[in-house]
Amino acid sequence: MAPIIEIRELHKWYSGVHALKGVSLDVQPNEALGLVGDNGAGKSTLINILSGTQMADGGTIRYEGRPVTFRNPRDAMDAGIETIYQYNSMVPTMSIARNMFIGREPLKASLFGVGVMDGRKMAQESMQALADVDLHLRSPDALVGELSGGQRQGVAIARAMHFKSKVMILDEPTNHLAVKETQKVIGFVQSLKDMGITAIFISHNIHHVFECCDRIVAMARGEIVLDRRADEVTMDDVLDVL
Amino acid sequence: MRRLLKIYMEKPELAGIAFLIVLAVVFQVQSDGVFLSAQNLQGILGLMPEMALVAIGVTLLMICGEFDLSVGSVFALTPMVMGVLLADGVPFALAFPAGLATALTVGLINGLITVRFAIPSFITTLGMLFVARSLTVVISGGFPPIIPPDAMPREVFIAFVGPGDMFRMSFIWFVGVAVAIGLLLSHTNFGNWVRATGGFLPAAQSMGIPTSRVKIACFMLCSLLAGFAGTIQVMRLGAPLPSIGEGLELQAVAAAVIGGTALTGGIGTILGGIIGAVLIRVIDNGLVLSRVDANWFKLALGSLTIFAVIVNAWLRKKARAMKVETD
Ligand SMILES: Nc1ncnc2c1ncn2[C@@H]1O[C@H](COP(=O)(O)OP(=O)(O)OP(=O)(O)O)[C@@H](O)[C@H]1O
Ligand SMILES: [Mg+2]
Repeated sequence: MAPIIEIRELHKWYSGVHALKGVSLDVQPNEALGLVGDNGAGKSTLINILSGTQMADGGTIRYEGRPVTFRNPRDAMDAGIETIYQYNSMVPTMSIARNMFIGREPLKASLFGVGVMDGRKMAQESMQALADVDLHLRSPDALVGELSGGQRQGVAIARAMHFKSKVMILDEPTNHLAVKETQKVIGFVQSLKDMGITAIFISHNIHHVFECCDRIVAMARGEIVLDRRADEVTMDDVLDVL
Repeated sequence: MRRLLKIYMEKPELAGIAFLIVLAVVFQVQSDGVFLSAQNLQGILGLMPEMALVAIGVTLLMICGEFDLSVGSVFALTPMVMGVLLADGVPFALAFPAGLATALTVGLINGLITVRFAIPSFITTLGMLFVARSLTVVISGGFPPIIPPDAMPREVFIAFVGPGDMFRMSFIWFVGVAVAIGLLLSHTNFGNWVRATGGFLPAAQSMGIPTSRVKIACFMLCSLLAGFAGTIQVMRLGAPLPSIGEGLELQAVAAAVIGGTALTGGIGTILGGIIGAVLIRVIDNGLVLSRVDANWFKLALGSLTIFAVIVNAWLRKKARAMKVETD
């Protein structure tokens, strides 16, 4: 099968720091790829480029066979790449329904891009989207700030599914979560496979990665140092190269 | 208590309305029935729109996570530009838009500087407070320009209308603007972006919202409303004084805060800001009628602001605890 994402010779400098030193990586459709590495290895930099929040200084990315350059998060989202960060994906002071549709609100009528939101559609579709990931919350009007960390990640994942994303990138979604909540998030990642969604899962915790990924990629100092199928490699092998 | 908290969470402005009613009763008694007389209400309703329009803009901007301390100066600069042009014989149809364009430009500069250089808008607009006030005095040449008596269509903006001449036209304009901005915030995608930008900037950015443009738009709207309000006041007074609107910026922030707007952004409603503005006017008026020394006004305003912030923070915490528990 042709890779869904082909990354070639990606470079990124931050005023003197060479954060990515010619990274090449193919991501296969419908695989769950676990990306591990120490602090500062370059994981976030790599996925920030994939999600359009940063631009590469060199190298190419092909997505579904075509060369792409994402200039902002919206470009990547429109292409079907959705990113879920540990903290950054939800506005706590806003309702679930409003969070689901930030930046992509269904409009009844609009002029120059500003228009009246279809509140009923937002409420219905957000509850449906949550039910689809088996998350049952009382009301679409509840504030996201009142949800637990695991529930928030669930809403973010439901949002990505609702917008039919093909690739979901999760940057340390289990950080600072309680054990039970972590299991919930890992469950979400496992269920992506059944829905035909490609996942890139970043975590410091190697146990979490092994639990839900079928391929392990390890980065160190801006380079890929290990790339193996999860069933061909042990946790100790991975820890050795980091 | 639980039911009260639930109501508060859904309609945080209700606390302000309740307080308003209590105050009205107190002042009515204290003033021997003068407070709620038609004549006094007419006075309150005639002045209220000028400050409430400023409060609407400041509230919107605060929900977006930014501040504007220059509104008091823009309140004076906008009608001064208009007045100087009118005194030179320029027709109202050009002078009025020129004034509002000045206000928009000030808002644009406030927004661009704040966003581009990533400095707190508190500082940007503090600078602009002095710059715009200084410009007002400079272009007036030291004397308020003499505006020809019929150069301004006062009937469109400040004439008395309604049953028993209860309102001024400015009140109609204020209601129109309040409804428009209220709906903009609650029912449009732009409103959603404003709340997201003020509520949690990184999330808004990662969802692809053009947060810089949203902020600049809010700065411009805020400035425009301040300029419009100042223009209305000048039409009422008949001449643009360079000193009008001094201290208005802090009253507007107080109005927003009293109405439940959080200083951290993301939380608040337009209605809340309006209720805050009405409360301030009512306190001012009520103290006078109750024959209390006028110097107590600022003390009352200050105490109410602090009290409102504490109560709002406490109620929010309570309400949150309650919600989690019923999950
Ligand atoms: N915005 C930035 N400006 C300057 N340097 C940066 C920036 N972002 C990352 N870096 C540097 O680039 C390198 C890679 O950082 P990156 O955040 O990609 O690592 P990471 O693997 O995600 O680490 P962590 O596990 O701590 O999240 C580090 O040396 C980091 O200090
Ligand atoms: Mg990282």
